[in-house]
Amino acid sequence: MTTVAFWVLAVLAVASGVMVLRFDSMARATFSLLTALLCVGGELIVLGLDYLGIVTVLMMTIEMAIMAVFMIMFMMNPAGLMPMTMVHNKRGAAVICALSFVLLLVGILLAPWPRRSGRPPADPTMDLGMSLMGPQMLTMMTLGMALFATIVATVVLSTRRGRYDRFGDDLRAARPEDPVRGGVGR
Amino acid sequence: MVESAPLWAVFVLPLALALVASAAATVDVRSTGAGREVLRLLVKQRRIMRAADVPLVRLGTTLLPVAAILAAVVLPFGFRSVSDLPDGIVWFNAMEALAWAAVWLTGWGPNSTLSLVGGYRFLAQGLAYELPHMLAITTAALGAESLRVGAVVDAQAGLWFAVWMPAAFGIYLLSALAMAFWGPFDQPVGADAAGGAAVELSGVDRLLFLGGRWLLLVVAAAFAVPLFLGGGHGPLLPGWAWTALKTGAVLGLLLWLRRRMPTVRMERYVELAWVILTPLAVAQALVVAVVVLGR
Repeated sequence: MTTVAFWVLAVLAVASGVMVLRFDSMARATFSLLTALLCVGGELIVLGLDYLGIVTVLMMTIEMAIMAVFMIMFMMNPAGLMPMTMVHNKRGAAVICALSFVLLLVGILLAPWPRRSGRPPADPTMDLGMSLMGPQMLTMMTLGMALFATIVATVVLSTRRGRYDRFGDDLRAARPEDPVRGGVGR
Repeated sequence: MVESAPLWAVFVLPLALALVASAAATVDVRSTGAGREVLRLLVKQRRIMRAADVPLVRLGTTLLPVAAILAAVVLPFGFRSVSDLPDGIVWFNAMEALAWAAVWLTGWGPNSTLSLVGGYRFLAQGLAYELPHMLAITTAALGAESLRVGAVVDAQAGLWFAVWMPAAFGIYLLSALAMAFWGPFDQPVGADAAGGAAVELSGVDRLLFLGGRWLLLVVAAAFAVPLFLGGGHGPLLPGWAWTALKTGAVLGLLLWLRRRMPTVRMERYVELAWVILTPLAVAQALVVAVVVLGR
């Protein structure tokens, strides 16, 4: 059962991954990529990492939905009404892909994989989390805050309208002047 | 403790959901009921726009009810659910997120401006409700110290979470409406865009899409019960009766709210979500975390 699920998901993931590059419509390519990512989430669940698998499904669905908006916004021909291709520099891309595939394959075949020692843990997600960032929890949390502060700062710096536009040069205006009316406090 | 239901429950679940949804629709229109409309849509021919992306429309309209049913898998009826997954709350959240993809696909596929506007509106709405929503359901999980829905129900044997996490409960109810693009949050299928994402759908496609929206509404309302209203816990009556009663009450409240509230424009709700609801949800989570640490 597990083996069947693994192979079905694996074949589906690879097939929809290939279709990302074959489709001539941005929307189809986006959701083909989402299918591939959902299959990867399914593989994680099959491997016993339930939490990581479900979170992958959750994050990837939302992410690809937002991605669809941006990708289509920046495409000249999003609907595939005229021929469009996801592949650029075809020959170079083919050479790079073939080389990296061979490299990975050789690595897989030649690497001295360790034999399993002991039994699988009761909660693999917990163990994975502990081994990934157990001792570095403080580092990870600091990093998270730093990343978040960076995002907020970037948005603040890149916005065209600042508080002087909204509240006047002496910041005395009772009500902010915003292009979109309504919302909080207006 | 929530037990696993027998195997036949897998087949009963979609039927039961459809029944509740159809009952709710009947109450809501107060007239002929949903039955005739369903029959009408079943026999009606499907209309397809020129240069439409038919596979994507079909995928979108089918995905909406499927997502609702998959989300309902972790829903306990009394003290039994089809599957009480260890990460049930995350599962619920992941499945409802599939509705994002479904509505956008339904809006994009028909090659029509108005339906595309509806699809994009749902994504904007999703971004506005999802963050406070995630924080609210995380707060319930935090209060029970588990992501298992059964454990959340167990933790409310004494006191309902709605009592000591009212902010999270309120935010959950708001996001339940938004999730099913219902009531004040029906801009994605708004009349000002001629029906938005659903404008080009007819026949079975329309049935699947609008029926799927009813299923989502029922599932979102029903999930408030194990999360915040004590699940099957209550005096005298058996667990399933309490679940049914509470679900009916939440569903009734949501139906009533739609009649009382005008449609909210998304750019206004986005500001409300970021400036008020998200900080409120964080503060609520902090209160719950402090209580849990002090136990």
